[in-house]
Amino acid sequence: MPFTENIGAATLDGLAYVGGLAKLGASAARAVVLDILERRRLAYGRAMHQAMVVGIGSLPILSLITFFIGTILALQSAYELRKFGAMQFVADAVAISVSRELGPLITAILVIGRSGSSFAAELGTMKVNEEIDALETMALDPVRFLVAPKLLSMLLMMPCLTIWADFMGVVGGAVFGIAAADFTFKTYVVATLNALVLRDILTGLIKSLMFGLVITTVGCQEGLRTGLGAEEVGRSTTSAVVKSIFLVIMVDLVFTTMFYLGIG
Amino acid sequence: MDELNSADTLGSAQAPVVSIRNLHVSYGQREILHGISFDVLAGETVVILGGSGSGKSTLLRTLVGLERPTSGDVILRGRNLCAMTDQEWRELRQHIGISFQSGALFGSMSVGENVALPLLEHTQLDPATIEIMVRLKLNEVGLNGYEDYMPAQLSGGMKKRAAVARAMAMDPEILFFDEPSAGLDPIIAAGIDQLLLKLKEAFGITIIVVTHELASAFLIADRMVLLDKGRIVAVGTTAELQASTHPRVRQFLDRVAEPEISQEIDYLQMLTGEVPRPRQ
Repeated sequence: MPFTENIGAATLDGLAYVGGLAKLGASAARAVVLDILERRRLAYGRAMHQAMVVGIGSLPILSLITFFIGTILALQSAYELRKFGAMQFVADAVAISVSRELGPLITAILVIGRSGSSFAAELGTMKVNEEIDALETMALDPVRFLVAPKLLSMLLMMPCLTIWADFMGVVGGAVFGIAAADFTFKTYVVATLNALVLRDILTGLIKSLMFGLVITTVGCQEGLRTGLGAEEVGRSTTSAVVKSIFLVIMVDLVFTTMFYLGIG
Repeated sequence: MDELNSADTLGSAQAPVVSIRNLHVSYGQREILHGISFDVLAGETVVILGGSGSGKSTLLRTLVGLERPTSGDVILRGRNLCAMTDQEWRELRQHIGISFQSGALFGSMSVGENVALPLLEHTQLDPATIEIMVRLKLNEVGLNGYEDYMPAQLSGGMKKRAAVARAMAMDPEILFFDEPSAGLDPIIAAGIDQLLLKLKEAFGITIIVVTHELASAFLIADRMVLLDKGRIVAVGTTAELQASTHPRVRQFLDRVAEPEISQEIDYLQMLTGEVPRPRQ
């Protein structure tokens, strides 16, 4: 029985963890709404600071990566399409793959590496340095003070970054299209616009919002659960990255299935 | 507890600001505090002494609401902490200040922002007034002109002073200090002691200090509580503790090391966790 017991225990642990994420997400979302309703100066300042770190700081590396991903996608598509003399569909393949899947996913993975890990490390260090205790003893809710601005900034910046990632992916595909598939810049843009429908963009943006929620809650939960000592901060950071990537892929699978079955 | 229990304020005419009755606190299955009881009067400085692992930090964390008691009562400003709602806790915490062992200043904020934070969050004061109050608080702790410094730019003693300024921001009635002199050189530590005395004299604040630094404790304390393995060994004034003949009090005050294990059987019992049997 130990094997089945282990599976049962792991399942319960997993459910408890996801329950903890849901509770943290709900508390942070409530705090965001209250901060907006009460027009709190400090909350705006912290959210804007986070948005700059999460969003603007990610732009250069995100641009570079998604540009190359677009080019790689075009190359891979062309490998098959040229067998059928259908190179004109390279633009369609790149546009749809990037906007529905790779744009949001690559953005999420990059943001996990930059911001999810930094959320865990920041909150973990604050826990070790008794700063979280200090907040509580000053009658300041750590979720409202620390997690809510991160959630707000992430929910604002993830869709923006995803749209930028989609754009750079298309530009990356266009470079191949113009260089090797008889496209001009104008014909590539027209082909891309004809291939895309609004729901392709929207499904990617809905996913990006969910990814933002997952990255923030996992990063912050891992940080707030950090034990004592510097080693524990390292453990929290690693754990935040691994769990975020896993949960982002799971959320991606669920939403892609939902869009496939019902909505789009 | 020894004969110094009579020095407790149980029979005092003055109502205590903090009253602890039969307090038990556990971490999981392990009980850390085993029935602690003592009172703190308004305006007095009580030092909680004890060695490592005696439970003094757990006691402090319980008094400020960071740990929940297993049983017993803690009455603070007339309200029982064990039966308070979150909203009541938030209100109470605006009347107490805590200076943590590490200072616990927020590293991403300047010293001035650290001190201003409770004022910004809990009062309707305009920014100009808050700025003046921050300067006043920093002046009180001898950190005039350090508003724009980041905590990382301060020395250990300055961090502690800044933490005191932040703890004082809301003009608390009770100040808690966790190891105020820990990790500081004797001169800086003496400066922190003088600061505590000055705050007490100037504002009449009730101060509760957790420490194991004897010199500091005897300088600042009106009364002392000596903890050992989660139990109170003695409560009394500094003179009463000095005069105590209780073996654990004497061992602590005279800085006598624990006797080394000389018998092989004792060593084996220590390794196996067995309770030593009385020797014939």
